[in-house]
Amino acid sequence: MLTLPPFEYHAPMELADALALLQKHAGKVKLIAGGTDLVPNMKHRLFMPEHVVGLKQISELNGVRGEGGFLVIGAMTSIADLARNPRVALLFPSLARAATAIAGPQLREMGTLGGNLCLDTRCVYYNQTHFWRKALGYCLKKDGTVCHVVKGGQKCVAAASNDTAPVLLTLGASVELASPNGRRAIPLEEFYVADGVANTVIEPNEILTKVRVPIPRAGLVTGYQKLRIRAAIDYPSLCVAVAAQQQADGKLEWVRMVISALGSKPHTVKRLEGFQGRALDAATIAELGQAAHRQCHPLTNINVETGWRREMIPVFVRRAFAEAMK
Amino acid sequence: MGVFGRPEKQLVALTVNGERHDVALEPRATLLEAVRYTLGLTGSKQGCDKGDCGACTVLIDGKPMLACLSLAIEAQGRAVTTIEGLAKDGKVSPVQDAFDVCGALQCGFCQSGMMLSATALLAKCEKPNREQIKDALAGNLCRCTGYTQILNAVEVASGQRSVAERDERPTTQAQAAAK
Repeated sequence: MLTLPPFEYHAPMELADALALLQKHAGKVKLIAGGTDLVPNMKHRLFMPEHVVGLKQISELNGVRGEGGFLVIGAMTSIADLARNPRVALLFPSLARAATAIAGPQLREMGTLGGNLCLDTRCVYYNQTHFWRKALGYCLKKDGTVCHVVKGGQKCVAAASNDTAPVLLTLGASVELASPNGRRAIPLEEFYVADGVANTVIEPNEILTKVRVPIPRAGLVTGYQKLRIRAAIDYPSLCVAVAAQQQADGKLEWVRMVISALGSKPHTVKRLEGFQGRALDAATIAELGQAAHRQCHPLTNINVETGWRREMIPVFVRRAFAEAMK
Repeated sequence: MGVFGRPEKQLVALTVNGERHDVALEPRATLLEAVRYTLGLTGSKQGCDKGDCGACTVLIDGKPMLACLSLAIEAQGRAVTTIEGLAKDGKVSPVQDAFDVCGALQCGFCQSGMMLSATALLAKCEKPNREQIKDALAGNLCRCTGYTQILNAVEVASGQRSVAERDERPTTQAQAAAK
């Protein structure tokens, strides 16, 4: 039995009120969306906020709608609603697939897109009870000074474990962050940083309000593959998201691959410009797989063998493109 | 703040199985703690208590959710259904009946959650196929690993299988008789 630490609860109806609460209780407040990440983490005493601000009542954070050349998805849209949204399935099959691959049915009904994008990084030495962590002398990410993954490591390497992030990165999405000073939109590419302690640039006084995904042109193909121990419910041990824009003649205009769940930030595979103008055939896909494999070096931040996670990269790149071309 | 520096209890209006309960709860009380320890509805089980096992599954506005990760205070104004709410007028629901006749339980600890997930599935899909049933029950773990009977029970509840229909695998007696 795991009890929550005590806190005061607030349920503002307006975004402005939520932002004011964040400001007022700065340093002692947490936002709760679906609660599927925050509640277990609070039960493990990873967070002990004095105040918790619920976002469920704020209607402007809900819903999926078209806006100009973008599909705008409210941060409080549940993962299940995202997974069964017909427009998402039609425009971004890889996003629908990633949403379907998150956790189990109950957690998908509860969890939200904004929550998934802001998911705390995960590590075998971090997602444990207070008793467990104390017995080990804590760790770099929380309460301690030592990293148990990288001996002598000074930088936390807990894994980014969100399924929607790599997909939205391949789709060129941006996020809107609201603060008492106004709103800013930043490309998702700039949202994540390679720091396992806090792997996003979101400020403590900001709320992620919506995600904007550019509606694709004809010829965009997308795919998502996820490696996990139990194929129905687990967090990813490796995720591979791919997107390729093909011209009318089938030649590649650009190709993007994002590999995640290995390090503290989803890794956008670099130097893929050379693939422009090539056909997306088996040889090209094999080369893309090798390019991704060369750039990724998983660590033992989760309890799954690192060698296996790395060797599955080219396999999953192949499967992701096979799914994309279906 | 109340005594001992704890936030004071608040009056929380929960609608559980169609009945309204006004209960005094600390904001940190989970929906599971509220139904089990305040309302005495102990059919919802406390398993892992951190969202892995699905034993605490309840329906919130008809959708299967985990009571152990839901704040009771956030369930206000929403219709909560626990296992105690499935039977109507003293008669068990088709899902409960099917679990009974199929022997879809061993220790029974996962059973409430399983039956609520199954109920939610059948409410939106009358005749789910085996894959759909597996997907819908993926978030409910059975430590006894009695999954086959559980999946069969959902097929029985949806009228796609008769109780007498055995698995493809012949029983030991049938194997002996065939020799």
